[in-house]
Amino acid sequence: MALVSIKNLTRIFDVSKPWLNRVIERRKKAYLTAVSDVSFEIEETKVYSLVGESGSGKSTIGKMLVGLLPPSDGSVEIRGVDLARETDAAAVDAVRADIQMIFQDPFASLNPRWRVRDIIAEPVAARGGETAGLAEKLLEQVGLSARDAGKFPHEFSGGQRQRICIARALASEPKLIVCDEPTSALDVSVQAQVLNLMSDLKDDLGLTYLFISHDLTVVQHISDRVGVLYLGRLVEEAPPDELFDNPKHPYTQMLLAAAPQLGSFGRDVSPPKGEIPDPIHPPTGCAYHPRCPLAQEQCSAERPRMRVLRGAKVACHFAQ
Amino acid sequence: MTSPTLSIRNLTVDIPTRHGILRPVDNVSYDIAPGEILGVVGESGAGKSMAGNAVIGLLSPPAHIAKGEIHVNGQRIDHLKGEDMRRLRGKHIGMVFQDPLTSLNPLLRIGDQLTETILAHLDVSRSQAEERAVQALDEVGIPGAAERINSYPHEFSGGMRQRVVIALALCAEPSLIIADEPTTALDVSVQAQIIALLKDLCRQKGTAVMLITHDMGVVAEAADRVAVMYAGKLVELGPVRDVLTTPRHPYTDGLMGSTPLASRGKDRLHQIPGAMPRLDALPKGCAFHPRCPLTQNRCKTDPKPTLADGAGAACWFPLTPGAEVA
Repeated sequence: MALVSIKNLTRIFDVSKPWLNRVIERRKKAYLTAVSDVSFEIEETKVYSLVGESGSGKSTIGKMLVGLLPPSDGSVEIRGVDLARETDAAAVDAVRADIQMIFQDPFASLNPRWRVRDIIAEPVAARGGETAGLAEKLLEQVGLSARDAGKFPHEFSGGQRQRICIARALASEPKLIVCDEPTSALDVSVQAQVLNLMSDLKDDLGLTYLFISHDLTVVQHISDRVGVLYLGRLVEEAPPDELFDNPKHPYTQMLLAAAPQLGSFGRDVSPPKGEIPDPIHPPTGCAYHPRCPLAQEQCSAERPRMRVLRGAKVACHFAQ
Repeated sequence: MTSPTLSIRNLTVDIPTRHGILRPVDNVSYDIAPGEILGVVGESGAGKSMAGNAVIGLLSPPAHIAKGEIHVNGQRIDHLKGEDMRRLRGKHIGMVFQDPLTSLNPLLRIGDQLTETILAHLDVSRSQAEERAVQALDEVGIPGAAERINSYPHEFSGGMRQRVVIALALCAEPSLIIADEPTTALDVSVQAQIIALLKDLCRQKGTAVMLITHDMGVVAEAADRVAVMYAGKLVELGPVRDVLTTPRHPYTDGLMGSTPLASRGKDRLHQIPGAMPRLDALPKGCAFHPRCPLTQNRCKTDPKPTLADGAGAACWFPLTPGAEVA
């Protein structure tokens, strides 16, 4: 059975103006659909990546998965337990202990007034666990020194802080770690160190990652399965080799063509047309149809369902 | 060869502090020819932005140019002050910053910001300046330029805002544009649009561009030549294809190796051990030697090697071209 099973997940945010403005300016309530009817599964000990541009809803899915946001509709089940609806507190607690998260900004996600030892031990201490020597052990595991436990976050560089975040995420011995753009704030050489560390830890500890990123090369490097999001909808899902060698959805094709490549010197890309539409008033039917080269009448009327197409799943009426 | 638009010679920037003098840019020399895009790459703290700021005179005190010369179109500019510098900046040099939201005034319509710049630098009437502003917006691909000229910056999306910033940098027809991480805050598809735009403008108008970035992919696609910086020093300079495919400095080689690439599959990424040294604790000799796989005794003691003839690698034991890389 899959470790995580996400079914028809939807999240709608109320972005209306305050009621007095609405009354005076005669405005209706406004809703932003950040995630719309997304379903996928994450297998145990695998890396599932979500890619997409800003506003595609990838971080919102991550937050719903760890329980930081409740879904508006649909469900997130981890080992068969739906965190938002389960009434048995013990079952929720058991699942919660298995999930941790690593955030993008290693400067904002560590409390500057706490010593590294306390930061790392917190997930265990909060549950009343034994924390003696824990931080020192974890620091060595992530490639820092046990002596660093007494220091404060400001004494470390960005890459080292991200290692501390990883150590903190490992403290409660989780099964699943949601990594929200863990290397976006880092330099390339440091990014390589952190990515290598993450894959080593995955192999050693049998971890499962949900890896959220906008960087296609990183995703290609680390993933076992990749989901591509556009305007809150999952448009394509495939193993990385299939997705990158043979993209099927027109949006995925556009994204791959637009990404700068190391080998293509002086390449003249024909730049993609248009921009991501306003998510408060998304296009009807397929959200990509106003920019899509394959679009026909059906695309503006009917939202395409996920269908299986040669080793991938694609939400497009006309993808071949 | 035509004379270069920008010529930097032995540029050194110092920041005096209580604990001694920090040197974020150390003895850097390079030229940019008209119509050429020079990519300046390096990790954070390498001094690439600081060098760009020195050229346009935006160093914030106590940072200052301690040594060296900067020439734009043959005119020496590094010693200019106040009004002289202000007149030159904008007219001869345009600047595009990373964050398009903070480089526009949120309280002014973009048309007013554009005409103000044009009036300050070109000898034209107000109505001519307004015409020129619409034309500038049109050139950077903003649809409906004549109407959009009356919009405020917040009414544009990130990509469109960056286009406005480029229009602003271009409107006085400068011969040099310094683009400091112009696409870092943007999505991939918008990034492709902005890069294509910069390349186009550079080709059509013969503008020289200094493209400061940390993204090797962007450099590969946009730049003609590339300068690699490490700890304030220029470590390698050359045509982009040569530097990226057959790097001669071990740092460039390491940088290329740590970039995830499809062709490398899912093997472990090559990693450069350690991190960039702090400016107040620069190692003796070659600044890269503690992280370098090829270090020998000479690297630890002798002062850093410099680039010969403004090309090649600043290394005692450069890799031979043709060695295995990517």
